[in-house]
Amino acid sequence: KGMLIPTRPRLFSVCRNEDLKEMLESSKESLKLEAMKRIVGLIAKGKNASELFPAVVKNVASKNIELKKLVYVYLVRYAEEQQDLALLSISTFQRALKDPNQFIRASALRVLSSIRVPIIVPIMMLAIKEAAADLSPYVRKTSAHAIQKLFSLDADQKEQLIEVIEKLLKDKSTLVAGSVVMAFEEVCPDRIDLIHKNYRKLCNLLVDVEEWGQVVIISMLTRYARTQFTSPWKEGAMFDENNEKAFYESDSEEKKGHTEEKPYIMDPDHRLLLRNTKPLLQSRNTAVVMSVAQLYWHLAPKHEVSIVTKSLVRLLRSHREVQYIVLQNIATMSIQRKGMFEPFMKSFYVRSTDATHIKTLKLEILTNLANEANISTILREFQTYVKSQDKAFAAATIQAIGRCATNISEVTDTCLNGLVLLLSNRDETVVAESVVVIKKLLQTQPTQHSEIIKHMAKLFDNITVPMARASILWLIGEYCERVPKIAPDVLRKMAKSFTAEEDIVKLQTVNLAAKLYLTNSKQTKLLTQYILNLGKYDQNYDIRDRTRFIRQLIVPSEKSGALNKYARRILLAPKPAPVLESSFKDRDRFQLGTLSHSLNSKATGYQELSDWPAVAPDQSVRNVEIIEAVKEWTPTVGKTKQPKSDDKFYSDDEDEKEEEGSDSSGSEDSSSSSSEGLFMYFTMQMFSSCLAAKYHFPRQPCLYQPSMVAVQVILSNSSDHSLEEIHIGDRSPASLSIHCFNTIERLEPEASVTVSMGIDFSDSTQAANFQLCTKEDQFSVSIQPAVGELLMPSSMTEQDFCKEQGKLQGMNETSATITMETANASSQAISKQVLSVANVGVVSSSQNNFSRFAGRTVSSGALVLVSLELKESSTALLTINTEKTVMASMLLRDIKQALTQA
Amino acid sequence: MIHSLFLVNASGDIFLEKHWKSVVSRSVCDYFFEAQERATEPENVPPVIPTPHHYLISVLRHRIYFVAVIQSEVPPLFVIEFLHRVVDTFQDYFGVCTEAAIKDNVVVVYELLEEMLDNGFPLATESNILKELIKPPTILRTMVNTITGSTNVGEQLPTGQLSVVPWRRTGVKYTNNEAYFDVVEEIDAIIDKSGSTITAEIQGVIDACVKLTGMPDLTLSFMNPRLLDDVSFHPCVRFKRWEAERILSFIPPDGNFRLLSYHVSSQNLVAIPVYVKHNITFREGSSQGRFDLTLGPKQTMGKAVESVLVSSQLPRGVLNANLNPSQGTYTFDPVTKLLSWDVGKINPQKLPSLKGTMSLQAGASKPDENPTINIQFKIQQMAISGLKVNRLDMYGEKYKPFKGIKYMTKAGKSVLQRMHIVNCK
Repeated sequence: KGMLIPTRPRLFSVCRNEDLKEMLESSKESLKLEAMKRIVGLIAKGKNASELFPAVVKNVASKNIELKKLVYVYLVRYAEEQQDLALLSISTFQRALKDPNQFIRASALRVLSSIRVPIIVPIMMLAIKEAAADLSPYVRKTSAHAIQKLFSLDADQKEQLIEVIEKLLKDKSTLVAGSVVMAFEEVCPDRIDLIHKNYRKLCNLLVDVEEWGQVVIISMLTRYARTQFTSPWKEGAMFDENNEKAFYESDSEEKKGHTEEKPYIMDPDHRLLLRNTKPLLQSRNTAVVMSVAQLYWHLAPKHEVSIVTKSLVRLLRSHREVQYIVLQNIATMSIQRKGMFEPFMKSFYVRSTDATHIKTLKLEILTNLANEANISTILREFQTYVKSQDKAFAAATIQAIGRCATNISEVTDTCLNGLVLLLSNRDETVVAESVVVIKKLLQTQPTQHSEIIKHMAKLFDNITVPMARASILWLIGEYCERVPKIAPDVLRKMAKSFTAEEDIVKLQTVNLAAKLYLTNSKQTKLLTQYILNLGKYDQNYDIRDRTRFIRQLIVPSEKSGALNKYARRILLAPKPAPVLESSFKDRDRFQLGTLSHSLNSKATGYQELSDWPAVAPDQSVRNVEIIEAVKEWTPTVGKTKQPKSDDKFYSDDEDEKEEEGSDSSGSEDSSSSSSEGLFMYFTMQMFSSCLAAKYHFPRQPCLYQPSMVAVQVILSNSSDHSLEEIHIGDRSPASLSIHCFNTIERLEPEASVTVSMGIDFSDSTQAANFQLCTKEDQFSVSIQPAVGELLMPSSMTEQDFCKEQGKLQGMNETSATITMETANASSQAISKQVLSVANVGVVSSSQNNFSRFAGRTVSSGALVLVSLELKESSTALLTINTEKTVMASMLLRDIKQALTQA
Repeated sequence: MIHSLFLVNASGDIFLEKHWKSVVSRSVCDYFFEAQERATEPENVPPVIPTPHHYLISVLRHRIYFVAVIQSEVPPLFVIEFLHRVVDTFQDYFGVCTEAAIKDNVVVVYELLEEMLDNGFPLATESNILKELIKPPTILRTMVNTITGSTNVGEQLPTGQLSVVPWRRTGVKYTNNEAYFDVVEEIDAIIDKSGSTITAEIQGVIDACVKLTGMPDLTLSFMNPRLLDDVSFHPCVRFKRWEAERILSFIPPDGNFRLLSYHVSSQNLVAIPVYVKHNITFREGSSQGRFDLTLGPKQTMGKAVESVLVSSQLPRGVLNANLNPSQGTYTFDPVTKLLSWDVGKINPQKLPSLKGTMSLQAGASKPDENPTINIQFKIQQMAISGLKVNRLDMYGEKYKPFKGIKYMTKAGKSVLQRMHIVNCK
């Protein structure tokens, strides 16, 4: 019995709700459950079950999990209608919010925030704030969802909610990231300032965020990047595709000003976003792939955009609906960048099994891709389509042929002849469409086509589609002087059938009559009079108006005014040819992948993508402040680093590292920001006046492997031709482990590009030698690190420092007494000088005359402790404790030099 | 994001509705019904429909429209992908995703939808996690539940959401540890009337059924990974490892999942394993036409071509067809003009053929449109691209699992041959 009933909820009409009430009030759990199942059946069918509210709400505190869940379903559905009764359940949820089990807390918050009763707004607010600070990331995720619910219930809570969003944005859990960004987009999408500090973290977490969150974050970051970075679309690269001039013209003009002043260097944060989204092109989730594709389209340098092509084409193998959206986006892209999709032209060939809207989109794309080289292939393909059984599609193909004919002048005649052949097709739609297209084509080059017009006039009697008849009449009228014998005859036939024609045909008949009257009044005067008389009494007022207007215009009389003289010039003025263009031409005003793009009209809540700023806003806003970093990191440092945050998984732990990196590098940035810059520029090597490479140590943890030192290399092309395939070749010593940058496909003259690589120096200052190759040539490069660059800052307390120092005595201690330049005597100045030569962290000190710095070697992680004890008259004792004695002596020398010099 | 969901069947009835925010009246579907009426075929309903206050985004699967109601800007693919994921989940839970199955399991459906979205934003879409939250119905369990009064909902609260591996449930235990991988390749092609290939592509997937105890870490390598031109992964696959070594390294979800889908580079010429010869002739002055179709295998490396099914939409003017198949059975629907011939297995010694006459409507003109033939087939134990798995290794667990790999090739959505009708004087 139990298993049968839920299958037939339709048996239960409203009058039988009495039994349900009884069941709910019984003491048996199973009966209650059964009742709830039936009620859910009613809700699912859209039947009203609101009268059961009092009976249902009593069970909200049930111990049975399934019963409870079903009661929740019911509550969320009807609470809005039964506000007073709903309040009865609130205390249960408030209690559950304190439950030790995270899932109970989360589900209580979910339901509480879904009860759309304004009176509980303060309770919801409190619950959200508490949940946002919950230890469980799952509960915090739920609180991010609840923010949006509360906001839609009461928009006045905005300011308070923004505070919660700000807090949750700092969350490091991948579980929370997507949801909070969603809340951000819904509540305060204009508060871009909240993103700055979280930008790098979001970029780094992205791979491990769940797929739905990825879509939301990528779309938000696209908007962010367009407000923060300068355009990577360089002047030179701009027009590498033919008809691209119109594309982003405004941007190029805007940019012209400052590109001439200095070469474009991509902001490393801009690059970070591009690099970290690229692997997501391999996602199984089509929405993720599309969002990465649109990100590249809107943010990447032009030559990099094409990496998304293959993935987009892959999406075409997915469901029909996916194909539809992807094809729409490709249609927009292919107008501006033919080259991107041309190699995949065959993927857009129409299959007879495709749905009509898919066929039309493919046709659109094929037409966009057509050029002199492939047009014959495309036309051959189109010929098959014209013979398709789907006539609407055949008609669309004829239009496409028309567009190809206007765009590519070489084939205009071929197309025209082909279309004329179609005029004898048996299908009416095909003929009608051909007439309309031929009309447009003839207008573009009216010179020597009287044969075609004659041919059409001959076919006129057999054509019944009004639009086609109207088009032929217009053509004959327009070129009546080229077919002087046929035109009056057609008019004669039309006079006979005038009353039976459709309105558009009548209008064109009046037009034809007027034009003939002006050019050949001897033969057609009477006919015209007759048609004008018929038109005067037509049922349609448009036709009556037109007739009256034409009569006044062409027939001279006393009343007719000055216009009469100009009748010929008005009616037979040369008319501009219609432009046959893609319906996707202006779609790029919408961000790709959006609903608005799909509908070609602005959807509610659409956020415009701003133009690139001419000058980049302050880049340092994205640096993470030291105070914050210290605050966040003390607990982790205090404990051991063993337990990794458990909601992250792969990326082979490097995310963890990256994340730490962004923080610690942030602290690095701001601590050394008082000195000239955060990193040092070293040697500059020129290679045969062709490729220049400049490298520096960004002092960030290496993204590729923790044991590597990050090196940023700026490659600039100083030759007059573009260099291709720049990559790293042989290296020495052979065992040297280098993480190479991705091959740079192309570097234009005068352009430069920043790449980052990782080198494992194995804690030695021995130079890393390798070959830097271009397609034609290769150069050897040698990077020799200063010993201070082989370190990473390590944060520790003063006690820890002293404890560690105690362990590294004897052979592990190196010291020297130095006499400092007086300017360097303050502890601030000391920090500045030490940090300028070594990548170490400042250890806060309670003694004034002591400065302490701690670091670890990058490769082996050995501690390096630097301490400086100030003595009188600007002498000081410099001590370095580390197992790496060779490094210690070199470091000692460097620091000594820095402090003794001004 | 997603406001409400309506399930609409082929006859235009709403048979299930679910709201994640305030209730949206089902009258919003009237706009959908209008579009449905305008469409000539069920597939022609546009996936995105604007209405004055809402947007309707729908997918059609198993003759059911899943119509999502949206109120503001959202990437349409986000909604479409999610709806497909809902269908996949239903299929996974109920075996089929039909109106009857959904109605029979309406409570589970509701519980699932409740977990899958919170306030319109996806919450739990991984099958492994959902199955921990809500147990799939089985006949046995339903019976036990009826007798004992116990429930479908997991007794224990799940751990999955917080496990280190979000897609794998913890505490998996099996007595027989097995891992099966199916390499399935699909060919899609367009062939011109003379039999030469216009375009052909191979799309492959590796579907896995992994039943292994604990937290196994698997690696799978190929003999010829270069064949794979474009790949997309289950989130469990370590992307960096693939980039560097072309090895699939992953901690698998428990149970069935799609590990990988790939595309074989189009540079390699794809040989279609079946060819079709056709000859359709109409003579002037006769209402009869000749129809002649022969099938044969091509480059199948000795493997048998099975489950061959040929279908074609004949021209509208054809009234009836009187044909004689050398093997299998054929049907012709005089209303839709759909001819389909269930051939079965191709015997290379005796090629299957379908011959006979077609009658045209009296006085109707000779057809001038060219129909296409859609060919379906299956070949066992062969991956047409030549892709071969090299080895599968397991780390992280001590036991020895049983491993199995199966290959199959079949026709994809469309292997289309364009036909040519000869009209003789």
